[in-house]
Amino acid sequence: MLMKRGSKESAAKAGILLAEIESLGQSPFTIMEVCGTHTVAIAKNAIRELLPKSIRLVSGPGCPVCVTSNGDIDRYLYLAAQKNVITATFGDMIRVPGTEKNLQELRAEGADIRVVYSTQDALELARQNPDKEVVFLGIGFETTVPTVAVSLEIAKREAIKNYSVLSMHKVVPPVLKLLAEDEQLLVDAFLDPGHVCSIIGIEPIKFMAEDYGKPGVVTGFEALDILEGIAMLLRQRAEGRSDIEIQYQRVAKPEGNPQAKMFIERVFERIDASWRGIGIIPQSGLGIRADYSPWDAARKFSLPVFQSRETPGCRCGDVLRGVIYPTQCPLFAEYCTPMKPIGPCMVSTEGSCAAYHRYAQRSVD
Amino acid sequence: MCLAIPAKVIMIEGSIAKVDMMGNERVVSIDLVPEVGIGEYVLVHAGFAISVIDDESAKETEELLLEVANAYEEGE
Ligand code: SF4
Repeated sequence: MLMKRGSKESAAKAGILLAEIESLGQSPFTIMEVCGTHTVAIAKNAIRELLPKSIRLVSGPGCPVCVTSNGDIDRYLYLAAQKNVITATFGDMIRVPGTEKNLQELRAEGADIRVVYSTQDALELARQNPDKEVVFLGIGFETTVPTVAVSLEIAKREAIKNYSVLSMHKVVPPVLKLLAEDEQLLVDAFLDPGHVCSIIGIEPIKFMAEDYGKPGVVTGFEALDILEGIAMLLRQRAEGRSDIEIQYQRVAKPEGNPQAKMFIERVFERIDASWRGIGIIPQSGLGIRADYSPWDAARKFSLPVFQSRETPGCRCGDVLRGVIYPTQCPLFAEYCTPMKPIGPCMVSTEGSCAAYHRYAQRSVD
Repeated sequence: MCLAIPAKVIMIEGSIAKVDMMGNERVVSIDLVPEVGIGEYVLVHAGFAISVIDDESAKETEELLLEVANAYEEGE
């Protein structure tokens, strides 16, 4: 049956994959898992501890909440504090600290902030509160973006005038390119994000293997998927190849999801975007096209521009580029914990710092 | 944030489907997978089905791994 595997079978499969990893992985090899969901799965299943010492797994910039710049956070907090505005957001954002406060604190002061499960819920809020402005905080990568695009399409079709999106969305390929060019970062290969690639396919990331000689495997999120992804990368090295392959074939197709790509293309256009700890990456963000400007919160409200700055002492930026392990941040665990987070990498459940803290990981180096 | 959960489609009405998500009934949008049919599995992210799960390749991977597992056990 799909997804259900007997524990005995799974253990046997894991044993085979680990034996292969052991035999192919005797010389140093550094793999970056790009996606925050991978970071959590790796920590939860203690996969680092299972691998030979020569294989390092470093986390990348794949937690959308973590890479959102302070300037963007302050901007949405300013908007959320406006009278007559209902802010609709995914739960991940509620405790992310801006310069002065977070959404939760704003709510305690009377701001109307609602956690929604989907953009459909946000649209419904707009339908039910015609005298209020409902603003959805658009944060996420290509997995989430099509769901936001559909909501804007519906808002336009049904002329829902009091719904808008503040788009802080980002796309993955440009940051991969930056990582490939980063001289501080010595990554040999990538576990590519399974769900992002189920939307965009592999064409947009092929340049990593072809132009930069960095092989990648689009990988699923169960322990066995991750072990197989690592084994596939090691096989490529053993055979002297550099390709983008798909381990997660039951979900991710080489061409991606054409319908989802069409929605993204119709509603959004590429813009430069600021990433926490990394800075501006050209053409790495998604702005709302002019055709949809009545539903673009950035155009609808006059929002001041806030300077991006890093939280003093927080090394989220280095963690996001895989330059240090979270445990190498001087504030980790002692001053910065999930209960009292200093940086977003500790707030978001998919942040590397939070994943390391929750599963009591040690750096393996 | 890119977490997605598999679910089985049990009813379709326009762009909305009723799915069985690990024993719970949920309503999801199928605007992104208009080709999906009743009885198929989809991957659900933030209230939207974002991909139809290929049951065949899921089975193939399964069978392949099982074969290797058996060979491995026999060889032990
Ligand atoms: S442990 Fe806390 S302060 Fe250090 S990098 Fe992570 S989030 Fe920032």
